[in-house]
Amino acid sequence: MTAGSAAAPVVEVADVTLRFKGVTAINGVSFTVGEHELFAIIGPNGAGKTSIFNVLSGVYRPQEGSVRFLGEPVLGRRPHTIAARGMARTFQNIELFENLTVIDNLMLGRAHAVRYGMFAAAGWLGPARRSELADRAAVEDIVDFLELAQYRGFPVGLLPYGVQKRVELGRALAMEPKLLLLDEPVAGMNLEETEDMARFILDIRDELEIPMIMVEHDMGLVMDLADRVLVVDFGVPITTGTPVEVQRNPDVVKAYLGEDHATGGRRSKAPSAAGTAAAGEHP
Amino acid sequence: MTATEPRRAEAATGSTPGTGPTARSGGRRPRGRPAMYTTYAQDMALLNTRGKKVGLGALLVLAVLLPFVLQDDLLRLLATGCVLSIGAIGLNLVTGYAGQVSLGHAFFLGVGAYTASVVAGDPEDEEVWGLGITFLPVWLLAAGVVAAVLGLVVAPLASRLRGLYLAIVTLGLVFIGEHVFREWDSLTGGVGVGRQAAEPVLFGMDLSRRSESFSGDQQMYWLMLAMLLLFALVGRNIARSAMGRSFAAVRDRDIAAEITGVDVRRVKRRAFVVSSFYAGCAGALWYSILGFIDPSSFGLLLSVQFIAMVLIGGVATISGSIMGAFFIALLPRLTRELPAYLPFLSSSATDTPNVFQFETLLYGLLIVLFLIFEPRGLYGVWIRVRNYWKAWPFSY
Repeated sequence: MTAGSAAAPVVEVADVTLRFKGVTAINGVSFTVGEHELFAIIGPNGAGKTSIFNVLSGVYRPQEGSVRFLGEPVLGRRPHTIAARGMARTFQNIELFENLTVIDNLMLGRAHAVRYGMFAAAGWLGPARRSELADRAAVEDIVDFLELAQYRGFPVGLLPYGVQKRVELGRALAMEPKLLLLDEPVAGMNLEETEDMARFILDIRDELEIPMIMVEHDMGLVMDLADRVLVVDFGVPITTGTPVEVQRNPDVVKAYLGEDHATGGRRSKAPSAAGTAAAGEHP
Repeated sequence: MTATEPRRAEAATGSTPGTGPTARSGGRRPRGRPAMYTTYAQDMALLNTRGKKVGLGALLVLAVLLPFVLQDDLLRLLATGCVLSIGAIGLNLVTGYAGQVSLGHAFFLGVGAYTASVVAGDPEDEEVWGLGITFLPVWLLAAGVVAAVLGLVVAPLASRLRGLYLAIVTLGLVFIGEHVFREWDSLTGGVGVGRQAAEPVLFGMDLSRRSESFSGDQQMYWLMLAMLLLFALVGRNIARSAMGRSFAAVRDRDIAAEITGVDVRRVKRRAFVVSSFYAGCAGALWYSILGFIDPSSFGLLLSVQFIAMVLIGGVATISGSIMGAFFIALLPRLTRELPAYLPFLSSSATDTPNVFQFETLLYGLLIVLFLIFEPRGLYGVWIRVRNYWKAWPFSY
């Protein structure tokens, strides 16, 4: 696996600190993600992983630090403008438009591509019709890619959980992203669904060549897929490195399993134990 | 549909599939598969099944022919139903599709009614303003645009407030509107006086007056039916376009919508503008049927009636809005018949219990019953009936 940080980075996060009144959710986090890179962020519950995502996509505004996306600062921009620049995201707890069909959910991912106005829409005039048909064709490619064909016309609220996760990934892909943020893509999935999702993630990296940042508690998945891993604990970055480096870091083991285990003789086994412990919290 | 049904000539000429996803609707279907879509355009068409085409066609023919069968007073009621449908579609766009609860619909109806009557009003009149342009498209558009501009002014409230808070603020709008309408004599004529509504003049002919071959009510009914068709079509187009999808996205998950690239503030603004435009037009048309505007008629009860139309008809459906509006429009007529069957109800307003009290009670009762037993409204009932017959003779 190659770390793509040598090329121009897609995202540069520098010394970001986010406070909610007295609570410091993120404390001096820095990292960069390069092209074609699958970057993972791990850490115990409440470590600030999702907060980092919320800073990146513009939902939270940190008090300190800077975030550059494709070379331009994004802090202070509204979420939809950041999305339009090519940052797509999935959510830990599925955030789909549950009354809409799979197709309509994916079509909404193409909000950035809509150029026609109110009047064209009202009359279903040429620009609106052409734009809708082009978007539909683009969306159908994603339906094929994620094997969603059989669910197309269903309201997503009626679909099984694993499929909803896939639809959410599809909505993010429909945005034609330059960076994809995956917030716990396999949380709550069984082995089979997890393997499917892992396959899709690898396909996205290798076929679509979209860089990704993934937050995940399933250590097996993270260690297998990620190029580099950032470990955070209580908002503080502990280490960044390849999966193997991270697994050997005593501070990481301490964050997951506490002081005794880190200083005890189980150092080499601890990362996999950490994986099962963390995964166990999310049945 | 089965293969034994007579095939359309174009389907029989060859088995070439559609000419790609950008082909217009009406692409050829494979031999013997009349219900198969071969282009996205066919799938996305408004009437994308033969059942819908035939059903709507039959309904329209029936609707156009009704004036030859029905009495004038019933036609007047149906014309009102058409106009209320336009208003209900407007409310459904902002409340049903975009999820922004608005109790201020009556205000926008009032704005539309008065704008139209000012534009069409007699300039010689010394009591109230008038510009003297009685041509229907002009005053109708003016009514819609003025209401839409006021909707644009109100919309920023919706980007700060949501749910019940927004409902309360829009409720305030109704009271402000009522006060202004009562006090602004040069606009409304004042309480107890009122003013003439806009006259529906089209190509030099006042449609509300009797012509050589048709009565005024017949002409008004046809006019309102055509208006309803136009507004319903535009409503459907908005609902199926990116605009309608973004409305629903803001309703279901506003934060996710924003992160998906939807400008939530702009969507809410558009929802209010479109809805107010519809309300303005509906108000103008409605009072052109009634002929006279009383400044105290744009109160909370009117807003509640429109909420009832949306809830009873079906939230976030255009056809549901129409069903709900006709239901509410025809309801008084039905309750007037009740004393014959329920002896304890009086048809005189001075006795209690009387039918008028019963009618007011019924709005509330129906809202509650529909919310509990049929949340998808009359549209949901229709879907259930349709699915039963689709699956017939199987019950699963």
